Amino acid sequence: MSVWVDAASWLCLAAGGFFCVIGGVGLLRMPDFYTRMHAASVIETLGAGLILLGLLLQAGPTLVAVKLLMVGLLIFFASPTATHALARAAMVRGLKPLLSTDEHV
Amino acid sequence: MMFAAAALALLATMALALLRAALGPTVFDRAQAANTVGTVAMLLLAVIGFLNGRPEFLDLAIVYGLLNVIGTIAVLKYFRQGDLGDPGLDEEAAK
Repeated sequence: MSVWVDAASWLCLAAGGFFCVIGGVGLLRMPDFYTRMHAASVIETLGAGLILLGLLLQAGPTLVAVKLLMVGLLIFFASPTATHALARAAMVRGLKPLLSTDEHV
Repeated sequence: MMFAAAALALLATMALALLRAALGPTVFDRAQAANTVGTVAMLLLAVIGFLNGRPEFLDLAIVYGLLNVIGTIAVLKYFRQGDLGDPGLDEEAAK
């Protein structure tokens, strides 16, 4: 394997891990349910995407790469669906977003 | 080496999400945290497969992801309508 592909793969894995931790911290520290949902979506887009891209570069053109693409496709379609269903359920159940209390906004 | 670092980052993320699931004031926070734990577990299975040199673990990751989706949607449908067999709000409004 070329050393450049290896380096790019390592960079993607490190950045993906970093964004996953960022999303986890946001999930813990954000003040309200809807903002926490926003923080969690960082894990499912940037974190998952970069980690899968890093693994894809390691795998090369094999069956493993196809399986990695299937995992990526599943996350790509399933996590927005789950997030939408979650937000809709919370709104229907009457959970209000935390809004600004400034008068002039 | 880098796989181990990515696996550690994913484990830290999972710990933070579990903490949110334990603290979460509403049931939706817990559902969100459970969904996040599922996604991260999927990624962790993929990374551990590469870490051990056995990429066949990806099959487990795919199955885990499919189960995670179905579980999340079922739990949310239950908490939105209080009943899994309910036809849903859209269908009732259309009548």
